[in-house]
Amino acid sequence: MHIMEGFLPPAHALGWTAVSATFLAWGLRAMARDLRAYPQRRMLFGVAAAFAFLLSALKLPSVTGSCSHPTGVGLGALLFGPAAMVPVGFVVLLFQALLLAHGGLTTLGANVFSMAVVGPFAAYAVFRVAATLGLSRSIAVFAAACLGDLATYATTSLQLAWAFPDPVGGIGASLARFAGIFALTQVPIAISEGLLTVLVVNAIARFEGDELRAAPVFAHGTKEAA
Amino acid sequence: MKARTAVLWLAIVLLTVLPLWLAGGAAFGGADDLARQAVGALAPGYEPWFAPVFEPASGEIASLLFALQAALGAGVIGYWLGLSVGRERAGAQRRIDVGSDVGSDVDGDAD
Repeated sequence: MHIMEGFLPPAHALGWTAVSATFLAWGLRAMARDLRAYPQRRMLFGVAAAFAFLLSALKLPSVTGSCSHPTGVGLGALLFGPAAMVPVGFVVLLFQALLLAHGGLTTLGANVFSMAVVGPFAAYAVFRVAATLGLSRSIAVFAAACLGDLATYATTSLQLAWAFPDPVGGIGASLARFAGIFALTQVPIAISEGLLTVLVVNAIARFEGDELRAAPVFAHGTKEAA
Repeated sequence: MKARTAVLWLAIVLLTVLPLWLAGGAAFGGADDLARQAVGALAPGYEPWFAPVFEPASGEIASLLFALQAALGAGVIGYWLGLSVGRERAGAQRRIDVGSDVGSDVDGDAD
């Protein structure tokens, strides 16, 4: 989902940077507040960050014959709230922009918005809806991580379509084209991410249940076992 | 529970491996690169106005850095898992040692 360096016109690059900077400032405060209130959660926050680091480095093959990677930010959004994942996604994307020429500094704002803002917030919203519907925790976690991942790639497609509308079909035709590249490729990978997130949440429930009673994923009334 | 975990792992492996077989003969390039080509088709005159500040010297160096990123993540998760399993075992052992002494603290709190 990285928009490559220099591949957004300056006005778009600047606009996304301003939007993402606002979310980043909010996310840093949210993260700091959570870790001050619950210092014992520091290790788990490290695990959530490590999960995003690991997953976004794995470029997996997809049925479309191209490769893409999961994002891993859904897990942290369910454990620490979506805002706390903005700084984590920012660090991951900065690492890749500076060392790997994946994404870039001019497109960092747009990439942070899709992966570190839309992804976690979509995952969190899906989880809340699933919990309200009374679905089991595993199903709710799966849906949240899977759809959060897809939302990131849909956002990237939209950002590119907005910047590069089709000369004939406009933004709509352009969106179909980019979504064909990003969102379609992402479907099996998003399912994998959903399943993997369920496995990790189960492990956390077993080992750290007490420390996380107040975390969104354990506090919002989903049934313990499916 | 154990069986369900195994099924989930199997599904993840299949989802990852099956595309290689289903789309056999495909190039399996990065989706980012395909998007760049699409931009070229939509706006042929567009020139990137900024270049990456640092580019890995080769595909090998790039895969080294990607492996490093994955290893950092996997290392932290592995450390936590190992610590948690050890803590759980120590807790169980202590419960056996303490036996019927109900009043004592049997939580394996290693912090």
